[in-house]
Amino acid sequence: MTTTTVSAGPTDFETKLDMYKMQVALRQFETRAYDLFLENLVKGTSHLSLGQEAIAAGFATAMQKTDWTFATYRGHAHTLARGVPMTPVLAELLGRSNGLMAGKGGSMHLTSVEHGVMGSYAIIGAHLPIACGAAWSAQYRGTDQVAVCFFGDGSVNIGAFHEALNFAAIWKLPVVFVCENNLWMEYTRTSEVTAVANPAADRAAAYGLESIIVDGNDADAVYDVASAAIARARAGEGPSMIEAKTYRHGGHSRADPGKYRPDAEVAEWLAKDPIPCYRARLLENGATEEQLKAIEAGVAAEVDLATEEAKAGGVPGEDLLMKDVWANGGSAWRN
Amino acid sequence: MAQLTFREAIARGIAQEMRRDESVVFLGEDVGAAGGVFKGTVGLLDEFGPVRVRDTPISEQAILGAAMGAAMTGLRPIAEIMFADFFAVCWDIVVNEIAKSRYMTNGQVIFPLVIRSGNGGGLRFGAQHSQSVENWAMMIPGLKVVVPSNATDVIGLMAASIRDDDPVIFLEAKALYATKMDVPDGEIVDTLGSAKVLRKGNDATLVALGYMVPRALAAAQELAASGIDCTVIDVRSLVPLDTQTILREVSATGRMFTVEENPRLCGWGAELASIVSEEIFYDLDGPVVRITTPHIPLPAADALEDLAIPSVERVVTTVTKSMNS
Repeated sequence: MTTTTVSAGPTDFETKLDMYKMQVALRQFETRAYDLFLENLVKGTSHLSLGQEAIAAGFATAMQKTDWTFATYRGHAHTLARGVPMTPVLAELLGRSNGLMAGKGGSMHLTSVEHGVMGSYAIIGAHLPIACGAAWSAQYRGTDQVAVCFFGDGSVNIGAFHEALNFAAIWKLPVVFVCENNLWMEYTRTSEVTAVANPAADRAAAYGLESIIVDGNDADAVYDVASAAIARARAGEGPSMIEAKTYRHGGHSRADPGKYRPDAEVAEWLAKDPIPCYRARLLENGATEEQLKAIEAGVAAEVDLATEEAKAGGVPGEDLLMKDVWANGGSAWRN
Repeated sequence: MAQLTFREAIARGIAQEMRRDESVVFLGEDVGAAGGVFKGTVGLLDEFGPVRVRDTPISEQAILGAAMGAAMTGLRPIAEIMFADFFAVCWDIVVNEIAKSRYMTNGQVIFPLVIRSGNGGGLRFGAQHSQSVENWAMMIPGLKVVVPSNATDVIGLMAASIRDDDPVIFLEAKALYATKMDVPDGEIVDTLGSAKVLRKGNDATLVALGYMVPRALAAAQELAASGIDCTVIDVRSLVPLDTQTILREVSATGRMFTVEENPRLCGWGAELASIVSEEIFYDLDGPVVRITTPHIPLPAADALEDLAIPSVERVVTTVTKSMNS
């Protein structure tokens, strides 16, 4: 697991550049989100994907437009990676009316059905069975859609994880389960509370699935395993489970400085930061410094614009409060 | 017109809708080949095949998660939770995921799904296979809660629930599965949120749900013999709640007695008592009285279970005492 691992990644160089741009965008967006916390403009809590961008970028690049993403409360990156614009996502964090869900969901529940982002779920493990349901629907209706379900290493010890894995396997559902193993559950090291060394991959065999581990800090490697698993699912060959080894650069959530992590461990993983590593690889393979700088500057301008637009958004009106409990748009429970 | 049991009505209601709409699918434990542990789904596998009628492992979270994911991507699933007590192992999917997701996403998704379940006591199954959970479901914003009391209503309300674009918790009183009635031929489609006045009286209004409806009717019969003339309302649907019918009928008699199978605290009758006291207080001639299962887990022994769940005799005694005081 090093960043010099030779992984093919997307075959055309433009796509690789796009994948770099996506990682830079996720990084800069999350950094901005953090700055806005410090300004107390983002209320409540938020969970950043700093350090884990290669997984979102690799998968989103391998997915088709009609495929579905199911994410967790650490879902900003997965939402943006599917093409949801920055402004509504940032505005949702700020609780503004131009937010992705007009402020009704917040950071932990980003959803954009038109982009295939079928929800971000904040109860550990809950969305694995839900992703199975979407996959079942695709199978039943004969579409070739695939559901990709991301979750953290902390999810592997909850019942829904095991129910979903068995369920997907027996019905041969077109679903790809992706464990983003960042080593730390919340404040506890996952290995201290898990019976096996590779929390997701070592469980795969129990459900008749191949054990797949990938360097989650290498977008090309992620893209390769993602493409293979998605192709299998699309071909009717059933589910896969992928464990992507990665690391979150910050704490679990806004309130957590992450001080429980040994300095040496943090340093080791910062050295494997997916973005500089990918940048270096692009330069080795023919990209120019100017080209990459232009990408980075373009993203910075995009984040600045999104910040302005999000801040300019209005406060959600009282009219939203009682809307959309029911399909008819209302919330009446009596006549 | 044919004589049909409550349990046969379940299969007929589901079949009626599966014939009409390809997007209706059905999943649960032992629902296919076995025809359901209560034999409520006999014949569905034969008619609709294993792609639409699917047996599942004992995985309630997977069952309801699958129903949710399918509902948000174009299907209209019916999921069975064998005993309503088992909602406790998958309540997260119901409460945190299904009920909230439309609201949280600012209306991006709908959840046209039905979760049907065997509810309540009377069969001596003990505390973990007998409880009434209608009040659990009623208190969650985003869930509709339907509780039929007879075979015809089972078919009509099942159809209405399946055609509804919102999640419906459909609770079937296990103690009523064997009851029979004449059911009209042809398609039956009812309306959610409509209570039914089953009997008109002048002195008091008994408001009942599910298993308690036939008991309230029998009690009204006995009370009439002793000169207390009761209206009986079958609530049928807790959410949406037909308060207009209930308020009208309680105003007319000036007294309300609720007959509830759920344990005492936070039962649906408490909400009705609150609505009645807020909105028609000056039409009341006496206190609202709730007749419920006491606030205890249900015991298994027949003698004890019979003491716990409101009986015809308890309804008669309570109403008589209150009306004469």
